[in-house]
Amino acid sequence: MPRPEHFQALFDPRGVVVAGASSHPGKFGFVALHNILANGYEGEVFATNREGVDVLGRPTLASIDEVPDGAADLVFVCTPAGANPELLRQAAAKGVKAAFIASAGYGEAGEEGRRLQAELVALADELDLLVVGPNGQGLISTPSSLCAQIVAPYPPRGRIGVASQSGNFVSSFMNLSRHSGVGVSRAVSVGNAAQVGVIDALEYFADDPETTVGLIYVEGLPDGRRFFERLREVTARLPVVVLKGGATSSGARAAASHTGSLATDDKVFDGMCRQAGAVRAATVAEAFDAAAALATQPAPPGPRVAVVTTVGGWGVLTADAIAGSSLELLALPDDLRDSLDRLLPPRWSRNNPIDLAGGETKDTIPAVLEAVVGHEQVDAVILLGVGIQANQGRMEREGPFYPDHGLERIVGYHDRQDRRYVTVAAELSERYAKPVLVATELAVGDPDNAAVAGVRDAGRYCFASADRAVVALDHAWRHERWRQRRGLGSRRPIAP
Amino acid sequence: MTHTLSEAESKSLLAPFGVPFLDERLVDTADAAADAAAAIGGPVVAKLCGEAIAHKTERGLVRLSLQGAAEARRAAEELLAAARPEDGPVQVLVAPMVRATRELIVGLSVDPQFGPTVVLGVGGILAEAVADVVVRLVPVTEVDAEEMIDELRTQALLGPFRGEPAVDRRALVAVLLALSDAAERVPGLVSADLNPLMVVDGEPVAVDALVELADAPGAA
Repeated sequence: MPRPEHFQALFDPRGVVVAGASSHPGKFGFVALHNILANGYEGEVFATNREGVDVLGRPTLASIDEVPDGAADLVFVCTPAGANPELLRQAAAKGVKAAFIASAGYGEAGEEGRRLQAELVALADELDLLVVGPNGQGLISTPSSLCAQIVAPYPPRGRIGVASQSGNFVSSFMNLSRHSGVGVSRAVSVGNAAQVGVIDALEYFADDPETTVGLIYVEGLPDGRRFFERLREVTARLPVVVLKGGATSSGARAAASHTGSLATDDKVFDGMCRQAGAVRAATVAEAFDAAAALATQPAPPGPRVAVVTTVGGWGVLTADAIAGSSLELLALPDDLRDSLDRLLPPRWSRNNPIDLAGGETKDTIPAVLEAVVGHEQVDAVILLGVGIQANQGRMEREGPFYPDHGLERIVGYHDRQDRRYVTVAAELSERYAKPVLVATELAVGDPDNAAVAGVRDAGRYCFASADRAVVALDHAWRHERWRQRRGLGSRRPIAP
Repeated sequence: MTHTLSEAESKSLLAPFGVPFLDERLVDTADAAADAAAAIGGPVVAKLCGEAIAHKTERGLVRLSLQGAAEARRAAEELLAAARPEDGPVQVLVAPMVRATRELIVGLSVDPQFGPTVVLGVGGILAEAVADVVVRLVPVTEVDAEEMIDELRTQALLGPFRGEPAVDRRALVAVLLALSDAAERVPGLVSADLNPLMVVDGEPVAVDALVELADAPGAA
């Protein structure tokens, strides 16, 4: 079975060979080479093509035999299934340690395909080669600037490690990564998972210094019991977010036709995740929200949440969402109420949610945040209502009167203030080692809004709504509680 | 293939692991049923019991609220007379009549993918519609069991309820651990159902039990 050095060759290769490179821009063999070359990979890149034609203006090799010994330790395979055994033997002879097989025509393709897949695994074991796939979309590894996949996008560098039984979900998560700025360390689509599956990648992530959160998509599990035991080992070291297809019986039927794997009763799967300390998410958005919270926020030390909102309305719905979670809406302690009384005009809510009722002057919000985040009874904070002024500023900047009538000055002021609020939120979160989540639908509506951009620039994740922030925080707290109850200590710290 | 044990056999298999049952007597005759009712005191329940009898309620083989020895004798006579040849050897189970407004279901089943699992759910006639069920894989630890109880959606049912005290969570944890323990130690244990697990003055007590065992290799 593959060892860590094999996964290291997969994710941080010295050099890469694209086998089956094509000069036709519609072919995987073209796209794979294009994506590796276009995203800044610094190792040496070789391409093979049977006819030896140039691809993307580069010469190709007729065979992998022509690659210098030891120059590449990863081969990205786009050749037809029948050609692959010979190719892998040649690759192994050149010192290649890992192969990603994008080729189809294996286990998903009937009796003959299953036979080829079994032979592929036997050959990989014989050659001491890690084989990922077949029928997968590829992998990315941002520490090595490696985009070895036949789809877009290439996400920013970050700490989320993705492993998926479906390549399309890798793309889903990376689209959200690119949009939010919360980056990915490694991502891999395991395809038919012939030799290694999602759990093998997760085990590598658990000891990978580049990764602080695992994010996986699974449909069927051939050995559920073993998966559970291995998952529990991983979650003790690395929080893991699980998205599962086939949760309902109709979804289960779709899964069976997709990967030929058995789906399982959802209650059993759900209990298994909770017992293993994994975060089970119901949707792509919920899964990425949870992963982003785990990757960018300190672990909540307890369940008590303070909600800070610049104006009313949002706080009420957030309190409702908290009531339906494992979190608690903190009853405002007297000393904190006194501190806030000194900072705010009398119309503020005097309760939690802490509704400032528009009562802020230049330095009010940073001062309130400092008092709330720093209070010993507060375990986590949700900050709402930022970006409003910058949103108005955008309308003024784009309107017919800008920059006259004092608009240039006020728009600049609002942008600076909104950016300052979220920057302070991130700084306080770090200083007091507590989550401070910022939520506004401007995360989707206007990613260039100063508050949203400020969250992104602070390395944080801007939640698209308060209820989504509550769900993500709930997941983070449940995971932390799972650790606390089992004496495991806090999860590994977030890293820049 | 598998076979089910009688209610009495199911209970005697599970009791040593710490599953709480009522003070029950298994008798062969109507006279012995009368004696048992007198010894237990208070209202009793009589059920016809045999390996091949699984659906007692549907066949009317459960008699409730029997007051004293005479009523117990008459009920036992009727039950024994209602036995069919295909039921095989039968006995009458005499147990104290307990009243509970809260019913839970606790069970053990083998999942094809994940192996033996312990299941905790809200019971009663609406159990299937409510579908408030939590599952864990064997072995279940004490912390796992506590988390199962916490995860039931119907938490109000576990607190003080209609004049009855809150459910004794430690006792409920012990039931879950008992089934997990049984799953690990009883060879061929395929499933077990404690349905209902009644909450009597806050204490869980299994009123019925049904155990299914895998046939020994070579058995017909």
